[in-house]
Amino acid sequence: MSPTLTLLHDGRSDEIPVADLANPTIPAEALEETLGWDLQPEGLCRGVICVPVDQSALVRGDVLDLRVLAGALQRPLVTDEKHAVASLGASHHDRGDALNSLEAPDFTLPDLDGNPHSLSDQRGKKVLLVAYASW
Amino acid sequence: MYEELADEGFTVITVGIERSPDDARPWIEKARPQHPSLIDIEHLVPDLYGMINVPTVVWIDEEGRIARPNDASFASNRFKLLTGLDSKRHLRRLRAWVRGEAPALTPSEVRKHQDLPTAADQEARAEFTLAWWLSREGHDDDAEPHYVRAGELAPHDITIRRGSMRTRGLNPMGLAFLKLAIKSVLTRNPLYRPLKDSP
Repeated sequence: MSPTLTLLHDGRSDEIPVADLANPTIPAEALEETLGWDLQPEGLCRGVICVPVDQSALVRGDVLDLRVLAGALQRPLVTDEKHAVASLGASHHDRGDALNSLEAPDFTLPDLDGNPHSLSDQRGKKVLLVAYASW
Repeated sequence: MYEELADEGFTVITVGIERSPDDARPWIEKARPQHPSLIDIEHLVPDLYGMINVPTVVWIDEEGRIARPNDASFASNRFKLLTGLDSKRHLRRLRAWVRGEAPALTPSEVRKHQDLPTAADQEARAEFTLAWWLSREGHDDDAEPHYVRAGELAPHDITIRRGSMRTRGLNPMGLAFLKLAIKSVLTRNPLYRPLKDSP
């Protein structure tokens, strides 16, 4: 049985099978379901957007090299081999473009009772978003 | 504040940037807010909005657009001496905007005041996410280098540096914070960054 990598990304985590924890990979068929990208002849695509990628470095049989993938998407990737976990952060280009569009990024978070609430539930109202902490 | 303006098509959403719901529970249960009062244990909102400290407030209009970007503002003047921030000014402006008596910022002003995240900021957040997971799984020793690296990559990110103190056995109200605050003055990396748009 191959080891499993816990991939932390986009505020959630996925368990993905890997052959070698030192060189983490993601099954090609899991790419779209997990990260929302699709490998096409012209590169990695999501909707109408495609980014170029060195396919000879990315594709290894039926798995994709996670470091090459992160690099192509300009997303930071930090790994801990001992505990079989990797953190794939958001690209600063994506975050910057989203903020620059002035559309407030939507999110869904629980209240104390675990009920989910989304920013978009409040469409039609003016909203004061307040981030605070006890520390 | 919320009660006063709730009838005018306005709501507050508070987001506690905490280790667990229990960190925020005493505050929320005491205030018994009528508006959404949410818990963000993954630091998702700081990541999405490029927030680097709390408290941070954002105005969002009826169409879901940012009308006034990240601003440091407290709900009261309890910390004014320490932070130099006057909450009354922000509340006055907010009230006028909600009531339609004064506009928020223009789109170009919003963009001018936005501090967009850098590659290093996002790498710091990825390091923090990994460290946070390791801590939660009980691997504090293995988490520590990732907290340190996150702090080196984004020394101005107080949500990471101070927000992780309790988990790392440091006191966010004690010496560890004092050191952070002194260093922020020496390196001219202010802890609190109010918008410079006010008359």
